[in-house]
Amino acid sequence: MTETRSTDLPSDGNSIVLSVDGVSVRVSPGCTVAAAVLMAGTPTRTSVSGEPRAPLCGMGICFECRVSIDGVPYQRSCQTLCLPGMKVTTTGAQLLP
Amino acid sequence: MTDPYDVIVVGAGIVGAACARACAAQGLTTLVVDAAGVGGGATAAGMGHIVVMDDSPAQLALTRRSQQLWGALAAELPSKVEFEPRGTLWVAADEEEMQEVRRKQVVYSAAGVRTEVLDAHSLAAAEPQLRPGLAGALLVPSDAVLYPPAAAAYLIHQAMDLGARMLPSQRVVAAGRGQVRMEDGSSLSASRIVNACGAGAISLLPELPIRKRRGHLLITDRYPGFVHHQLVELGYLKSAHSVAGASVAFNVQPRQTGQVLIGSSREFGEEDAAINHTLLAAMLRRAQSYLPRIGALKTIRVWTGFRAATPDKLPLIGPWPDDPSLLLATGHEGLGITTSLATGELVAAEIAGVKPEIPAQPYLPARFLDGSRAASQQGLFEEAAHD
Amino acid sequence: MTQIFDTLVIGAGPAGMAAAIAAAESGQRVGVVDDNPAPGGQVWRHGTPLPNAGRRWKGQFEAAPAVRLAGWRVIDCLRLAPDGGVLRAECNTPSVPAADLHFRHLILATGARERFLPFPGWTLPNVMGVGGLDAMVRGGLPIAGKRVVVAGTGPLLLAVAAHLIKRGAQVVAICEQASLAQMAPLGLALLRQPGKLRQGAAYRWATRKTPFLTHCWPLAALAEPGADDHRDPGTQPRLRTVTLHRNERQWNVACDYLACGFHLVPNTELATLLGCQMQDGFVVTDQQMRTSTPGVWCAGEPTGIGGVDASLLEGRIAGLSAAGKSEAALSLSQRRPAIQAFTQALEHACRLNPRLRDLAAEETTVCRCEDVHMGALRERSSARDARLHTRCGMGPCQGRICGAATEFLFGWLPDPARPPIFPALVSSLMEEAAAGSPAQPEIDSR
Repeated sequence: MTETRSTDLPSDGNSIVLSVDGVSVRVSPGCTVAAAVLMAGTPTRTSVSGEPRAPLCGMGICFECRVSIDGVPYQRSCQTLCLPGMKVTTTGAQLLP
Repeated sequence: MTDPYDVIVVGAGIVGAACARACAAQGLTTLVVDAAGVGGGATAAGMGHIVVMDDSPAQLALTRRSQQLWGALAAELPSKVEFEPRGTLWVAADEEEMQEVRRKQVVYSAAGVRTEVLDAHSLAAAEPQLRPGLAGALLVPSDAVLYPPAAAAYLIHQAMDLGARMLPSQRVVAAGRGQVRMEDGSSLSASRIVNACGAGAISLLPELPIRKRRGHLLITDRYPGFVHHQLVELGYLKSAHSVAGASVAFNVQPRQTGQVLIGSSREFGEEDAAINHTLLAAMLRRAQSYLPRIGALKTIRVWTGFRAATPDKLPLIGPWPDDPSLLLATGHEGLGITTSLATGELVAAEIAGVKPEIPAQPYLPARFLDGSRAASQQGLFEEAAHD
Repeated sequence: MTQIFDTLVIGAGPAGMAAAIAAAESGQRVGVVDDNPAPGGQVWRHGTPLPNAGRRWKGQFEAAPAVRLAGWRVIDCLRLAPDGGVLRAECNTPSVPAADLHFRHLILATGARERFLPFPGWTLPNVMGVGGLDAMVRGGLPIAGKRVVVAGTGPLLLAVAAHLIKRGAQVVAICEQASLAQMAPLGLALLRQPGKLRQGAAYRWATRKTPFLTHCWPLAALAEPGADDHRDPGTQPRLRTVTLHRNERQWNVACDYLACGFHLVPNTELATLLGCQMQDGFVVTDQQMRTSTPGVWCAGEPTGIGGVDASLLEGRIAGLSAAGKSEAALSLSQRRPAIQAFTQALEHACRLNPRLRDLAAEETTVCRCEDVHMGALRERSSARDARLHTRCGMGPCQGRICGAATEFLFGWLPDPARPPIFPALVSSLMEEAAAGSPAQPEIDSR
């Protein structure tokens, strides 16, 4: 379970590849999107005053782990399982130049 | 014996706050009392739309004067008030409503309010989320948006800087004849008492011609740029979208936070703050008929509030004829945030005995007591309920 | 979509699973709504390892004839009467429309969440809850070789530390805010619960190489690395160092994660929306787990933080009672006093040291959704006053995180719950309740 560029992904029938801010991440089935974002090393969101934030509660309560999934904003990544080809965008990345 | 206060304002909503500020500015010793804290009632439940309205010449005069006062205050408002000169777009769905746009423009222009008529193309460019095929809109650029509880807090703060005092956490159980009695049995005296309790004014003065008119609002998560102006349909002026005696209208506001505030609903006869799911659903469908993608936004909260409605849709500002010590500043229905500043000005002018900036006569409570006192106020409302 | 049930269970943790199994066994048409993708609640969250009991109960639950709405959450109550009602639920998949769930009996098994207390740096990435980090690891986050400080209060600390060590983490310290003396009654209560005692001993054995520090708490989480920390800083600011405090001494510890949670608070938003009587923040029930609202039962953590065994028992009692088997329910309820003694001992052991109120500095964030600082809250008078004038609790968590903190910090009671009790699509509130008679449920031909 390592972060890999899309160009050098090994083929492995048992893993899922999704993209986090354009970077491909390979995970095992059952992995949450929140864990995949943490693996990608990026915050999930930027707070209203501009601080980077990452998951806190892990159980769908705190809303710190919100990301856009396949273009739909404000999805709780900790309650969402990774699916092949999912496109995850963190607000932190959106606010980067 | 001298009264310790010239004025006691009962109610620290935005109207009470504006009255206290204006009285303190006249050099009157002023006290404000409210159990719900500052801006905790209808002020917290309202939209915060500073808007010029022209249902009647008196309404136009009051809203126009208030809008000017807000405009003059804008530069000094702290950022927490979230004052933004967004402008109102009165959206016209068809050619018939465009005629109303043009009529409105003439009226506003005569009152010195600059407006701009948008055709279908300019409207679509100004608000790309609106459904295609709308006829146009009237833009009122001087209308604005603010966050009412913070605005009320600012006005109270200013009043206190001018020497007013605030007495929080005391529920007033009686006010009149120069006395304000608290729940704990204590009382305070003043030469003049201002009842600025919104829809709650009737609990202190049951004979007031005021009825509670419940409204619903919904606020979304942050979607900056979803809409840019306060958007109001013109359609509700000619046909109420009635749901079992209640009505809904498309009225959507962009907040400085990027949140979208969605209204509105009006219903009489409800005392309960609970959500009316049927009416809420109708209100949201109405909003969706103008903003087709609004359903995809996330709701953070829904709440209700109570407007203080009068039979002629004008507020009650001025002396209560039965009690020389008592003044009213209530009955603003959905316009209390806008008209708070002119209300304060009228109240302070009355107490200080100076000439007001606009004629006070149309808002005097005495208008409901002229002629026969037995006139059924209920009867007056029956007509108004069909607006 | 409209679904009609005899008994609707909210939550698929231990209490909800036990309730659903008991009601389904009794011939009820049962529906179960749960926000998580898989059943088990937080304690038996998806991801290995699961204890035997967890595997057994999940197996039974999955075999029971019930309609399982996994990844759904209740957002509103549209109708409530003694003979039934309608809840509206929304799916985590945004393209799936909301559903109206009709019921005759409703069992609330909504579980608990962690209590978080603000301290400088608690908003840094990689500072999480204790259950929070555990959930991330169960959700696939690699933890092997990572340095973790586990802090806060409650039995979760040891259980999660043991799990993280099993996954290869290097747990640097376990910091329990309670003193040893404060925890003593819990130790005595454990002696009467051999199963729990065995489990606790196993956790302590698994964490034997890690110092377990009582009367110890974090003072700050820092993004700056310590002098001897040469690990790759990465590109994003994240936790590097934790300042710990114990017995008037403070010191820095280098770490990759801080798991910090101060015991649990019940999820009672739905119960309060339905008007259930509350006491000290918990839902009041009778011996059969009936709430004060006719037709509504409550089981598990919302009635008192008692752990898995209490939840399983209460869930079963509620399921039987809802299915009309009052005698069986009452007979089972005779086992509750022993468990309630443990609940009380646990509550005592997790009582927060008042000095934790001093952790947050003026500029420390208290409301994470709206970035409201401690300094802005001091002059406010209530949760509502704070919300109106500082935006504290106005964000998407609806005060779930900051509410528990401000209750401890200032004594503010939470506001009554308002719909939607969870952020919901505007479209989910656009439809009236679909017609349907909860008194005459469809017969399922599953």
